Amino acid sequence: MDLQRIADTFEMLDDWEDRYSLLIDLGRKLPEFPDAARTEDNRVEGCTSNVWLLTHVTDDQPPRIEFQADSDAFIVKGLVAILLEAYSGKTAQEILDMDIESLFNELGLAQQLTPNRRDGFVAMVKRMRAEAQATQSHPTA
Amino acid sequence: MSVMANNVAHRIRDDFPILGKPMNGHRLAFLDSAASAQKPQVVIDAERECYESYYANIHRGVYSLSQQSTQAYEAVRGVVKRFINAPDEREIVFVRGATEAINLVAQSFVRPKLGPGDEVLITGMEHHANIVPWQMVTEATGAKLVVVPVNDDGTLDVAAYRERLNERTRFVSFVHVSNTLGTVNPAEEMIALAKAKSIPVLLDGAQSAPHMPVDIQALGADFYCFSGHKTYGPSGVGVLWGRLELLEAMPPYQGGGDMIRTVSFEKTEYAEPPQRFEAGTPNIAGVIGMGAGLEYLEGVGMAAVAAHEQTLLSYATEQLKALPGLKIIGTAPQKTGVISFVMEDAHPHDIGTILDMDGVAVRTGHHCTQPLMARFGVPATARASFGVYTVGDDIDALVSGLKRVRKMFA
Repeated sequence: MDLQRIADTFEMLDDWEDRYSLLIDLGRKLPEFPDAARTEDNRVEGCTSNVWLLTHVTDDQPPRIEFQADSDAFIVKGLVAILLEAYSGKTAQEILDMDIESLFNELGLAQQLTPNRRDGFVAMVKRMRAEAQATQSHPTA
Repeated sequence: MSVMANNVAHRIRDDFPILGKPMNGHRLAFLDSAASAQKPQVVIDAERECYESYYANIHRGVYSLSQQSTQAYEAVRGVVKRFINAPDEREIVFVRGATEAINLVAQSFVRPKLGPGDEVLITGMEHHANIVPWQMVTEATGAKLVVVPVNDDGTLDVAAYRERLNERTRFVSFVHVSNTLGTVNPAEEMIALAKAKSIPVLLDGAQSAPHMPVDIQALGADFYCFSGHKTYGPSGVGVLWGRLELLEAMPPYQGGGDMIRTVSFEKTEYAEPPQRFEAGTPNIAGVIGMGAGLEYLEGVGMAAVAAHEQTLLSYATEQLKALPGLKIIGTAPQKTGVISFVMEDAHPHDIGTILDMDGVAVRTGHHCTQPLMARFGVPATARASFGVYTVGDDIDALVSGLKRVRKMFA
């Protein structure tokens, strides 16, 4: 599902249970995350559940940043899936320019996130943006 | 459900204004009292009345307001003394909470006694608050922190405890009731074993003071502590109880005002306990509120509180056991109203999120007991914990929420 379709589907659902079910589904469809990459270095600090993030920078000009991510909590995994849809395969500039908070507001998800969960979510966004920032300042990295 | 559960607890529930407020459009089923308890109206009123009618700094002015607030503040020592059956009011030190109490004992009492090769003994079910202060003092002195293992059912390996008590053990600090497992440790027996070897003991009562009658003279410990916010009082206040002769021999923990007899630049003489350990202006209204919370509990009766929570524990355990794919972590025969669990299909954070939508508040995470999580091989658990206001309806809401979790994630 691309972002637009995700947004349209969320908009159609007004029952919280259906929204969460969709989120869980999105999480389940996330591509398999390599077990070997579940390392402490790849773990996103600040998440109440475990979240792992793997970054790959392509040879394109400008380079694109591909993310793989996973979580042991399904709802978080769903949020990760949306984040990957938004960020993965984009250039560093595109990632840094994106207003992710507004996007989640549009999805009607922002208010569904409890403060603790939001912290983890914010930590994920921060990490992805930091990776973009690093790619921009060290393009060969 | 017992008569207490159905009648008295429902009436008690009305004493807690927050419990009448809906959460996410549902009746609030508050099942996180082990983290912090809700406050009865009498506690809210006591704190408000202090600010509205007689607030001033204590132990300072000769004017009436200061006298009145000093009296109200000091009167709480009497309440605490009665609540835990302490021999002497001077043994009651007001602190910020159990965490500060443990740090105080670690720094003032234990640290000066430690040297290389010495040991401090704790258990594998301690809260981080009863681990980290000991790591700090043992690391600083070259002493060793020794840990008593936990059995598969969540009981303590008492035989191992006995073995680890040795001539190098300088101090023992352990939790009366585990905040994660609900296990009630055989405190009396464990303390007696340590005392037989003249080893002083701190008993962490954060989870026992709110849930069972506590007689610290019968228990025989040297230090006991609990937090006001778990005994239905305000946050930011708590109690350290210590034997007078030990407190008298201890250096202050923090320096400042209100803990001295005389100060000159050459020499300062410290005040006697408990003032010696209460530097600076304390949480005056908070202490008064804590007193109101303890009196509220006395009014219900701690034996009745314990009996009520046992009834709920049996009912909830039975209900949760019947849910497929759910596993309870901590099945000790002696437990308080705490049930930690994991589910096959959902992560604790998923469970907590979905339950929240149903108005059910449970704690999810490691409960500040990461070593215990590692011991049971789980990253986190969901935990339902009960209080004086918990009723059968709360358990039923939990169970129906968990059925929904299973439906959504399976």
